Amino acid sequence: MLVLMKNQSRPRSLIFDKQHLLHRLYILQQQDRHISSETIVRVAGECNMPVSQVASVVDFYSFFYREPVGQYHMLLSNCTSCGYQAGETDLLKMLCRSLNVDPGITRADGRVSISETSCIGMCDHGASMLINGIPLVGLDETKVVRIAGLVEQQMTLCQWPQDWFQITHPIRQGGMLLNNVGPPGNSLTKALSTGPGRTLDMIEYSGLRGRGGAGFSTGKKWRFCREATGDTHYVVCNADEGEPGTFKDRFLLQCHAGALFEGMAICASVIGARKGFLYLRGEYRYLLTHLQEALELQYNNNLLGCSILGHAGFDFDIEIVVGAGAYICGEESALIESLEGKPGVPRIRPPFPVTCGYLGQPTAVNNVETFIAAAYIVDHGSGVFRMSGTEHSAGSKILSISGDCRNPGIYEYAFGVSIQQVLNDCGADNAQAVQIGGPAGTLVARRDFRRRISFEDVSTGGSFLVFGENRDLLAVNQNFARFFAHESCGFCTPCRVGTRLMEGSLQKIVDGRAVAADIDEIKRLSSLIMRYSHCGLGHTAANHMLDSLKQFPDLFEERIMRQAFSPQIDLEAALETARQITHRDDADAHLD
Amino acid sequence: MTYESNKAIDANSITIDGETVPFDAGQTIMDAALAAKIHIPHLCHYPGLTPAGNCRLCMVEMNGESVAACVTQAQSGQQVSSNTPELNAARLAITQMLFVEGNHICPSCEKSGNCRLQAMGYYLGMLEEHFHQFNPRREIDASHSTVLLDRDRCILCDLCVRASRDIDKKNVFAIAGRGIHARLVVNTASGKLGDSNIEENDLAAKICPVGAILIRERSFDSPVGERIYDRRSISDTALTEHVPEKEVDRG
Amino acid sequence: MAERKIKIATTSLAGCFGCHMSFLDIDEKLVLLNDRIEFNRSPFTDIKQCSPSDIGLIEGGVCNADNVRVLREFRASCAILIAVGACAITGGVPAMRNYFDLRECLEEVYLNGTGVTNPQIPSDMELPLLLDKVYPVQEVVKIDYFLPGCPPSADAFLQMLVPLLDGQKPRLATDQLHYD
Ligand SMILES: Cc1cc2nc3c(=O)[nH]c(=O)nc-3n(C[C@H](O)[C@H](O)[C@H](O)COP(=O)(O)O)c2cc1C
Ligand code: SF4
Ligand code: SF4
Ligand code: SF4
Ligand code: FES
Ligand code: FES
Repeated sequence: MLVLMKNQSRPRSLIFDKQHLLHRLYILQQQDRHISSETIVRVAGECNMPVSQVASVVDFYSFFYREPVGQYHMLLSNCTSCGYQAGETDLLKMLCRSLNVDPGITRADGRVSISETSCIGMCDHGASMLINGIPLVGLDETKVVRIAGLVEQQMTLCQWPQDWFQITHPIRQGGMLLNNVGPPGNSLTKALSTGPGRTLDMIEYSGLRGRGGAGFSTGKKWRFCREATGDTHYVVCNADEGEPGTFKDRFLLQCHAGALFEGMAICASVIGARKGFLYLRGEYRYLLTHLQEALELQYNNNLLGCSILGHAGFDFDIEIVVGAGAYICGEESALIESLEGKPGVPRIRPPFPVTCGYLGQPTAVNNVETFIAAAYIVDHGSGVFRMSGTEHSAGSKILSISGDCRNPGIYEYAFGVSIQQVLNDCGADNAQAVQIGGPAGTLVARRDFRRRISFEDVSTGGSFLVFGENRDLLAVNQNFARFFAHESCGFCTPCRVGTRLMEGSLQKIVDGRAVAADIDEIKRLSSLIMRYSHCGLGHTAANHMLDSLKQFPDLFEERIMRQAFSPQIDLEAALETARQITHRDDADAHLD
Repeated sequence: MTYESNKAIDANSITIDGETVPFDAGQTIMDAALAAKIHIPHLCHYPGLTPAGNCRLCMVEMNGESVAACVTQAQSGQQVSSNTPELNAARLAITQMLFVEGNHICPSCEKSGNCRLQAMGYYLGMLEEHFHQFNPRREIDASHSTVLLDRDRCILCDLCVRASRDIDKKNVFAIAGRGIHARLVVNTASGKLGDSNIEENDLAAKICPVGAILIRERSFDSPVGERIYDRRSISDTALTEHVPEKEVDRG
Repeated sequence: MAERKIKIATTSLAGCFGCHMSFLDIDEKLVLLNDRIEFNRSPFTDIKQCSPSDIGLIEGGVCNADNVRVLREFRASCAILIAVGACAITGGVPAMRNYFDLRECLEEVYLNGTGVTNPQIPSDMELPLLLDKVYPVQEVVKIDYFLPGCPPSADAFLQMLVPLLDGQKPRLATDQLHYD
């Protein structure tokens, strides 16, 4: 990504540090379409880092490649909503066939490579892909045919129909945050005149809880961080938005960046930070230019930088770091590792980031929406905020709704809204179930649509996936199981191995080769992964299985063979290679 | 004297399986247990090295919560249970996971009899591997004259990484790759052990619990029947292990 | 009145007969056992077909179609099936081929290996067809008991069999539990 220097108060190089290991590797990969061993050694030398650190970073993140990818590198989302299998046709297969290329293998002429990737957050835009890192949305069969043509004719992406790259932002239902488009600077001005101590009291009193999923009290977090001793403090905005089906942060970054940066600055004033980071998921790299401009605007308006709004001694800078494809980097301590230029392996907690975060210093990590809500609270008062929502869930929640409904998009509700209400609003008439909070969240069946969105009942970081009557829910489970196996960081045994085993056990059920004992085995495996793993990924990785087994037992029962034992392996298939090699097809060459 | 005064501060104690166990500030549940000669199964922990918490063998129930003993600070009033049928069943399953994700053919392994993974299997009564084997293909590194790296048996415990970085001060190893593709890498331009400065007397060369890092020509030194776990249980040997003092000094 | 003798069938799949040899190591105690057991299909007897038996002992893992058939026959005819030895339980040494594709293995052995004359991969109806991997027996049929070891010692065999003869659940003593 070429960075243009304009005549502005803050050079972009300070907003986006090209020397950061992740950025350096990205830039080199742009040139060579992969990162070779030689490159790794060179970068290690330049960065004065162990070769193994650079190698482990390259090998950790999905968007770094050891082997050259194609001149056109396409990553199709495999999400249940914006995925290539979301519709009737398997678009990935079709695209591969049209371009005569195998998934994951670069075509011999180096022209094209096609793979899949975890949800890219375009769930309201239909089947989508990243092509050379840029989202291309609304994929269908016609488009696939046209894409194949454009690739073969070597058309550059600017020559492709530009509406394919158009990301729209329909607000289907606004609320306190989405409708709040006051003049920039209001919140921060108020915070600074109120003073950090009282601002913190306001945040605490508002009852604001983290919007990233876990729902920890924001006021408490900031207070812990403020009180923690350290040479310096940091503010980190978690814009990793990796939970499949979540795209509200994408929207907020696009349309409410100013409020976000004000929220971060307010946090900085409260905890005493001079430096903040916005950790942007690699899938949203296309937003980088926009965010850089938005930051420049903040600087120009003196809402960032030195002596902010004339308050001598209040200096705060924000730098953007772009990830490279790893769901686990949404976990705050893994995110911090990534910020430090390392693989995103979650740290041992405690100590928590509030006392020991970025570079070992006290760090407040919050979700995009949390900062925006904080800015709102400071501007409008905690009372107004608390008036909305429920007892333990003050304020509103922005939902990203997608799947089998007529009006996917961004919705904001006061906490406490019933699932049924949401379904009515988004035009989901035939929902059999909704997955709330993404694969790590909760599956709610029709009989429970009276339940409410709140921390007390069904909580969500924003993902709201609608499954219509015709959805194959077992296929959804399979999709989720693959997601976790692919995204496990590999640090701890139960998650690293268990998520893979889960895929296999589920496949056996889908294939109709399983027996009742296999279901018990899945339950046992689920509880093992969830109870004994190291971090939140493992702790939630089997929720979807247990939910399905509980809510839709028939799905499983139907496919079960009534016998005591059946092998996990398909023995007849296990003879296929030998049959091919020996050209045999006699009776003895088969088992069943 | 010191003992007396320690005893006096009975605020600093936890219980493990009903037994009162004292601890010093800063100690983990594992530290306290080991000091009291109580065995909580562990593979990725080795006293004297910073704990990592990756194998999950040391999972215990602490006031109703599952935590890894090796990375959880002891705090007064904690009631810990460890030796329960439920936890041992979980540990057995985790051990089986470690077996199936790698390639472990004990009859042909130089480490057999002295291997802590195998010994854990014995301790937990593991009769079979239970899960479907992954049969991964992993690289063997025979480039070094005295130290051999056979990744087939690596359980990603990170002990060699920590030993090399923190004690030997050589930083020879790291773990790279994500998820099931995690693997041990060598910190050299070629990625080969032969180009590193590891020596057979380094702690990193000796600490591997399994037969992944081996000192060459030292295999099968002791005959069957006289190897470590032919004679003793890991629940016994694990109580006396510690990074040798002189190594700590060196570090 | 003499008790009915317990019928035992044994077989070696992808194994080395080491476990059978170890079984014979029971030595003089085998004579004692002999009053209570009789062998059905087994390398000890030359009976080719397995008729209903009380106990089946399986040595060796499952590497080809023939192994699968024999194992299934054992499962069908034995009330209690015991996996004996490292190869049966984990695949053992024969499973070292599992880290390679079957095609690679065969090509290395029959086409590209050193000293190969008349290179060709054998294909004959008489030859059992190879599975892509060598599998532990419990991946193919339900196994009731496991007797690990490479081979299990004679004592281990006794610890397994004697309680079974008495209609009890066997339990391997800790010092008999080993994987090599
Ligand atoms: C596997 C995993 C993924 C996560 N992904 C995100 C994410 O994408 N965005 C986010 O804000 N929080 C995510 N979290 C939660 C963060 O760890 C952290 O709790 C959050 O950023 C705190 O901000 P909040 O209090 O404002 O919600 C994730 C947690 C886990 C365990
Ligand atoms: S639970 Fe999964 S993601 Fe979390 S540390 Fe363990 S392996 Fe990594
Ligand atoms: S490392 Fe241990 S468990 Fe693995 S094969 Fe060797 S002896 Fe067996
Ligand atoms: S080589 Fe040995 S010590 Fe190092 S990570 Fe692997 S198992 Fe652990
Ligand atoms: S010993 Fe505690 S996790 Fe490995
Ligand atoms: S044949 Fe007995 S262990 Fe291999």
